[in-house]
Formats: sequence, C-alpha cells, structure tokens
Amino acid sequence: MLEVRGIEASYGASQVLFGMDLTVGAGEVATLLGRNGMGKTTTVRAIMGMLQPHGGRIMFDGVGIHGLPSHKVAQAGIGLVPEGRQIFPNLSVRENLVATARPRRGASRDMGAESWTFDKVIDLFPGLSPRLESAGNQLSGGEQQMLAVGRALMTNPQLLILDEATEGLAPLVRTEIWSCLADLKTARQSILVIDKNVAALTKIADRHHIVEKGRVVWTGTSDELRADGELQARYLGV
Amino acid sequence: MAELKNPASILTLIVIGLCAVVPFLAPALGEPFYVIVFARIMIWAIAAVSLNLIMGYGGMISFGHAVYLGIGGYTIGILAFHGITSAWIQWPVAIGACAFISLIFGAISLRTRGVYFIMITLALAQMIFFLSVSAERYGSDDGLNILTRSDFGLSFFDLNDKLTMYYTIFAVLLASVFISWKLIHSRFGVVMRAAKSNDTRVQAVGVSTYRYRLIAFVIAGVMCGIAGLLQANFERFVSPDMMNWPRSGELIFMVVLGGMSTIFGPVTGAFVFLMLSEILSTWTIHWHIIFGPFLVLVVLFARGGIHGLLTPRASRDE
Repeated sequence: MLEVRGIEASYGASQVLFGMDLTVGAGEVATLLGRNGMGKTTTVRAIMGMLQPHGGRIMFDGVGIHGLPSHKVAQAGIGLVPEGRQIFPNLSVRENLVATARPRRGASRDMGAESWTFDKVIDLFPGLSPRLESAGNQLSGGEQQMLAVGRALMTNPQLLILDEATEGLAPLVRTEIWSCLADLKTARQSILVIDKNVAALTKIADRHHIVEKGRVVWTGTSDELRADGELQARYLGV
Repeated sequence: MAELKNPASILTLIVIGLCAVVPFLAPALGEPFYVIVFARIMIWAIAAVSLNLIMGYGGMISFGHAVYLGIGGYTIGILAFHGITSAWIQWPVAIGACAFISLIFGAISLRTRGVYFIMITLALAQMIFFLSVSAERYGSDDGLNILTRSDFGLSFFDLNDKLTMYYTIFAVLLASVFISWKLIHSRFGVVMRAAKSNDTRVQAVGVSTYRYRLIAFVIAGVMCGIAGLLQANFERFVSPDMMNWPRSGELIFMVVLGGMSTIFGPVTGAFVFLMLSEILSTWTIHWHIIFGPFLVLVVLFARGGIHGLLTPRASRDE
C-alpha cells in the first residue's frame, strides 16, 4: 500500500533523511521506532507532503505521491494523527469531527469496506460523547488524542498514520488508545504507528522499522524484535 | 443561538431594535437628523459584517476591504451617469463587478500570508482608488453626483421614499447578519474557522483551504459591495474617498471594537464607532484627541472588543 524508497529530506542545509525505506501493506500495522531526532516525524512529514524530499520516491497504492501538496496526499487516502494532536482549539468536538470528514473512496470503497461515520467514531470513543459541544481546547490530553484519531478516521483513510500515538498520555488513556488500534487492526485498517512503547507495539504490529540517523537499520516482525534484546538496547534504549 | 443569550448580544439586539424604530422615534424627539446617522451606521455595519467574515472567522486581515464599497457605489453612479437607472440592471452589475474584482484580488492576495496579505490587499485597493481619482469623466477627486436613485419600477417600492430607503438598508443589514450566521455554522464556516486556527493541519486532512478562503473572500466582497450600492443610493453621491485606505482601517477598527469572530460584534462596533465620533464631534472640533486614545485603550484592554467584555468567557467563540 505505502512504499517509501530511498527518500532524502532536509530542513534547510541540515539533511535529516538519508535514504529512508519503509513499507506498509494493506491491512497491516507497521511501526517506525527509534530514539528522538532520528527522523521519524520527518519521514511522516515527507510522506504527507508537508516537507518535500529531494531524493527517492513515495508510492501509495501504486501511484507516486512525492511532490504532491499535503491536501492531495490526504485525498489520496492517507490520514494523519499528528504529534501533539493539533486539534482545532476554536472548534467544538463535533465540529472537529465533521469539518474535514470525507466519504471512503477508491479501492477500499469498491471492496465494500465500511465507512467511518460520526456515530461510528463516537461508538469507538464513547468518552467523547458527553463532550461533543465542548471546545477542543477544553479537552484533556487523552480526549484530544481520541479526537485527533477520530478526526483522521472521519476522512476514511486507507492508511492511518499516528505520530507519537500515546506521548504524554496517562497510562489508562494509553491502554484505551492501544485497544482502539487493536480494534482498527481487526477491521483491516492499515496503520503506521510511531511510538516509544515497544511492549505495546509488539502486541499489535505486524512489522517494525527501526530508524537510526535518517535511515532504516532494521526491519522485522514483532517476534523478532521481542527476541532481540541487544537490538532494543542499542537502537531504542530499552 | 447561544450568542443570543449573553449581555453583548442583548446590547446588539437593542441596537438593532433602535435601528428599527428610529425613523419614527427621531422625528418625534425633534432629532430627524438621527435617521440619516442610523442609515449610515447600518451601511457601515453591513460592510463590517462582511469584513468580519474573512478577518474574524478566516484570519484574513484585508486592509483594502473598503474598495468594494467604492466598486459597488461607483457602478451605480457610472450607470446612472449614462442614463441606466433600472435597479434590475444596476444592482446585478454592481454585485457582479464586486464578485469579479474580489475574485481577481482574492486569487492574487490569498497566495500570501500575514503582513504580505495585508500589504497586497492595500496595494490592490489603492490601485482602484487611484483609478477613480484619475477618472475625470466621473468627477475625479470631487466625486460623482447621482441624479436618480435605482429604479425598481414598482409603485410600492421606491427608493426615493425615505422610509423605503431606510428599511431597505435595515433589511439588508439583517440579511447580512443572518447569512453570516448561517455561513459560519455551516461546514464551510467550520472549515474556515479550522483553517484560521491551523491552516497546515486542515490541508493535511485533505482540504484545499485556498478554495475555501477564496470563496469567503468573494462573498465578503459582494456583501461589502452591496453596502456600497446602498450608500450610493442613500447619499446620491460617490467619491474616491469611500474606498481610500483610511476607510478600510475604520472598517477593521469597527470589527475589532465590536468583537472579532462574533456574529453581532461588527454591528455593535459600527454603532459605537460612528455614534461616538458623531457625539464627540459635536462637543469639540478636536474630538480625535479623545477618540484616538479611546480606541487605543480598547485594543489594549478589551481584547475581544465590546462583545468580549460583555460575554461570559465560556460562551465566547474563541
């Protein structure tokens, strides 16, 4: 579904990605792991068209999306839950969800995949139900994260990307987010997750990519990652 | 409709109620001049409501918004000058001209952000201003007298009748407030407000905010143009001054004074701004010395304008 091959990207004169490779298959949950400053978020920004890579290619469903503006990338079927949530603080929860909602499109619609609707998102996150008329900036961090995931799902993405999915959240809320991702996986939603919680990720992800200094240095399954303590210590500081 | 329940909105409803009864109240109190003052206030309120659409809800600080007052007004004036007085021709042409110009200006200026957007809207508006100044045939600096008001050809609707003229302006003001309210609470308005808070994020969820901003820019231009055509009909006179940059500055101030991003704020802002300047000018010829510091104080201490001061924090838009 998503194929990133050898992308290179820079912030001004400072190069961050040095030939990043990444693959997410249909219905697969993949992760991007690594210490801070290794280029995980930059990879997401490059995929989403928020940063134009100067080398390599990004294919989504067999179509090149590198160089496209971010709204075109999102329209192609990629939904992003950004780092820091970035919900719209001046809109109510309901407005946050419906503002950018989009019906399912392309292959997944033809395959009869069920669309995400407002009611379905509220069913997934019942905690948002009593807060529908509250402004975004009146929500707790956990509620904001649920809202950010719900907002991305309302665009009916073929691929959902979560950048720092549980960063700064209380343990109980983290559990809820992981449980939600597990439900999404059961529903065959393709997901790319960036997070530091290796234990939780190995329970739900099919494939992991470890990033070091702007490129992927290891790819493998959850079992392989769990079994390799030295790998975790060297690249993830676990 | 939560906005209708707070003190600020009650104040605005009092202002609107006052506008409704002034044609009868003012002559009864021996002050018929106030009918003219209120008609002018309402025309400026329509223009301020239109500016609030893009500035308050879209974050687009246009420093050339008054140009649409001029385009709307001059279209009426020029057509009347050439003997075309039918409102069925004049009004659609004026609205079309405002839509066309705002589409061109918006398409250019919306490619910029922040101070560049402010400067480019100012520059484009001043271009039209200087065009009107150089149009000798249409009065140049001195302006253009309009001999005949727009003629609807209806015996029961004649703009030469003072009450008809006044209540036409009043009806347009109510319509513009209602349209603003509907727009802001539609999905279109929600996207506009979202884009104001985080444009990049809206684009990252698949919405081209440029198109939304451009549509809003054109709607605001047309709404302001209607205020201009009403002004031309009411005053029976148009001049370049109505679209000069200080007028755009005054419009911005009316919106800020009343309360940006509030439905009724611009109406209150226009009322307070124009009434205060009217009252102060009767006290002293140096009234700007009082008015200027007052405006500075409002900006410094009433960040949400009059509506911000009177509205409970929890029910504010932002």
